Amino acid sequence: MDHLDGNAAAGELSEVFTREATAARATCAGCGTSGPVAEAMVYEAGMGTVLRCPACEAVLLRLAHLGDEVVMEMRGVRVIRWRSGPG
Amino acid sequence: MSSATRATDWRFATVAAIAPETPRAATLTLDVPGWRGHRAGQHLDVRLTADDGYRAQRSYSIASAPEDEKPQITVQELEDGEVSPWFVQVAREGDRFEVRGPFGGWFVWDAAQTEPLFLVAGGSGIVPLMSMLRHRRNQGSAVPVRLLLSVREPDDVFYARELETIGAEVVITYTRRPPAGWDGYARRVDRDMLQEVALLGGRAYVCGPTTFVESVADLLIELGQAPADIRTERFGGG
Repeated sequence: MDHLDGNAAAGELSEVFTREATAARATCAGCGTSGPVAEAMVYEAGMGTVLRCPACEAVLLRLAHLGDEVVMEMRGVRVIRWRSGPG
Repeated sequence: MSSATRATDWRFATVAAIAPETPRAATLTLDVPGWRGHRAGQHLDVRLTADDGYRAQRSYSIASAPEDEKPQITVQELEDGEVSPWFVQVAREGDRFEVRGPFGGWFVWDAAQTEPLFLVAGGSGIVPLMSMLRHRRNQGSAVPVRLLLSVREPDDVFYARELETIGAEVVITYTRRPPAGWDGYARRVDRDMLQEVALLGGRAYVCGPTTFVESVADLLIELGQAPADIRTERFGGG
């Protein structure tokens, strides 16, 4: 399956983050690469959304709707940074 | 709906108008309850639910300008698509479907920005870039802008007439069937083409299928464009 990018996950991420997430910069816990979430590789699967590091392809974050819960696992992200201010 | 509508709330949009864009694409103007505008480059999430409860969700870029009262999306019908044929072939004024948004804070452009703009679109990747071009025109921005559009054939060019007067330098390359008598580009975007066409040193926005976007972004970096000044959006099927 062809991957998309973090832009496609903006709606899903907006459900859990108050600040706009695609412009935030995430640091991969695996290889240390930092970049905007919009540039992550995104795979939409039946289980939910998976974001991978564009440099090393390690899983950054998984987001799924399971029953009446939204479940997010993001141990692949070491740090996530937002610009302060609105948005 | 109350003023407390959040972007993440699903709500029913009504098709206010529908217009063919090309033989295989249509532009839909939407009435969205609680709509409070968007930033050029943002998208909507759309959800269709079948009678048996099966749901399909897609993201569609917003084509209209932030200054427009109602958002418009332009949908390209994809062969074997689950969702796009409904918008292009079936939907009529008054039809309703669920939307949420707008979303996106990275692949956006605001007229307050002053760097030259280089826009590169593969096929329907022009949609969010058109919102940027319309925003630039509406705001009277004097930022230099150039659009490189790669399409298979003349029938694949969205907004063809408006592009003539949008105030941007528009370069089209036809990858499969150029119009009769065409003496412009008739091949896939490559390094030589970008060397001739690209506005380097400003902000570049690239939107299209994944392989197109990655190839163009890599070539722009080879030509000296700073990676941080290349913003990309990949779209897929459906």
